[in-house]
Amino acid sequence: MSAAAPGTSKTGHSDVVQKKKKGPGALATAYLVIYNVVMTAGWLVIAVGLVRAYLARGSYHGLYYSIEKPLKFFQTGALLEILHCAVGIVPSSVVLTGFQVMSRVFLTWAVTHSVREVQSEDSVLLFVTAWTVTEIIRYSFYTFSLLNHLPYLIKWARYTFFFALYPMGVTGELLTIYAALPFVQKTGLYSITLPNKYNFSFDYYTFLILTMISYIPLFPQLYFHMIRQRKKVLGHVDDYSKVE
Amino acid sequence: MSSVWCLFSHPKDVGITSAMSRTTFFEVKILDAKTKEQLCFLDKVEPYSTTGDIKILFHKLYPQWYPARQALKLDPKEKSLRDDEVLQNLPVGTSATFYFRDLGPQFGWTMVFLAECVGALLTYLLFYFRVPYIYSHRFISTSSPHPVVTLACACHSFHYGKRLIETIFVHRFSHGTMPLRTIIRNCAYYWGFSAWLAYYINHPLYTPPSYGDLQVHYALVLFAMCEIGNFSIHLTLNNLKGDGSRGRRFPVPTKNPFTWLFYFVSCPNYTYEVGSWVSFSIMTQCLPVALYTSLGFLQMTIWAKGKHRAYSREFKDYPANRTAIIPLVL
Repeated sequence: MSAAAPGTSKTGHSDVVQKKKKGPGALATAYLVIYNVVMTAGWLVIAVGLVRAYLARGSYHGLYYSIEKPLKFFQTGALLEILHCAVGIVPSSVVLTGFQVMSRVFLTWAVTHSVREVQSEDSVLLFVTAWTVTEIIRYSFYTFSLLNHLPYLIKWARYTFFFALYPMGVTGELLTIYAALPFVQKTGLYSITLPNKYNFSFDYYTFLILTMISYIPLFPQLYFHMIRQRKKVLGHVDDYSKVE
Repeated sequence: MSSVWCLFSHPKDVGITSAMSRTTFFEVKILDAKTKEQLCFLDKVEPYSTTGDIKILFHKLYPQWYPARQALKLDPKEKSLRDDEVLQNLPVGTSATFYFRDLGPQFGWTMVFLAECVGALLTYLLFYFRVPYIYSHRFISTSSPHPVVTLACACHSFHYGKRLIETIFVHRFSHGTMPLRTIIRNCAYYWGFSAWLAYYINHPLYTPPSYGDLQVHYALVLFAMCEIGNFSIHLTLNNLKGDGSRGRRFPVPTKNPFTWLFYFVSCPNYTYEVGSWVSFSIMTQCLPVALYTSLGFLQMTIWAKGKHRAYSREFKDYPANRTAIIPLVL
């Protein structure tokens, strides 16, 4: 098995296979394979948990509680990906990866976990489902890429499912934040008021509203970036009959 | 797509050189970097004309693209040519092709600095004088009962006022211009933070420093020293540039004690600047000021490290014990 693993980029940026690119060493590759396998397995656990809970209850309300712990564990575990970029074993931008992971972690902990009242909302199921399907495909994509045996189906799925999953996830996230607003305002959660010794104030309610507004410029940029990546990665399908 | 006769007479032409230069003239074609469409054809260009000269010629044909807005390159993917590059030294035959890119509206650095400083200064004053719609209705045009608030306003205004004076009378900018987007971004940064700081310091619910007058007075002394220090360094750097650009030397301590920081750091102007903001944070005991100071410190450290590296590379006898911005550590 070759030590160099071409095309092991973690974001959509340079998924086109570049044989000349220097990949991570053998040890780093082994570690990354283990990491991605574990994450794939973790999100599969969440997926199975959701299905089993749905079958057991007979409705899709309140399924969050059945997968709360693995969701928190594996989504928070994604913070390691920032470290991977910082150390250099994954050729992606630290800032971009950091931003993506932190937004997920923010939604998991600072919104869903912190505001108990939204945990029974259906919007939570919406984004959890979107995240689950996305992450299972994404982590298996990375696993296979690292092992140089990427089935076309996985590549296709990664660059096609997002068409539905992105809007689905964004809708779920926005609805959840919106549902949390009245409770944050009422309890003054995570907020600091004047007067105080350090002359500082923070209004979490306003912060959440600003976060929601920030989706407006950010989401289209990410969405169109994925569409561009799709053209680049899947575009040459007409030229060859077999890929990789 | 028309051919343009361009008789270019250079003041240097007069004398012996004119006889020799009559041998080979250059032809210069200028194409748009994106569309590759021919924008201009210059005939009979002197071989020792520079990129800057060509830009001036191009500007005559296209008045909306003044030289500062033009980026000329030998290849669309390459870096832009410097204005002082001589035509005959470039890797072209006697028929040269340049690619043109419009850099957008450009502003001189002096203009930019003025906009940043004036904006920051005035924004703060809006809050100090408690202009309507900022604070609660009953506080319009009132003043804070705390003397430290007035002192803070004076210090903040002095800091930016000093910067204005320096921009007009002291600094000599080597780079020409800056694009519009950068100016908007820079102004947003300075004006935005000025507003954010001023909001808390001039707030009706502002809490004065915990250690009272002692804290304020010590901070004021430190602030004054850092401002004087920063100004001294700017003067020193200015005199450095004045001594003929070919004999480049790195800055050294002078008789002024405030410049003795040069024994320890490459960029004492940044050191003093950080010092000013640290003292302002202590004076106001305001967390947003401390946050702004940290951001500034981060940015200035990046700049200082770059400068330090450039100095070390350029001068073989550069003092080894100097650090970039903080003596002995950074």
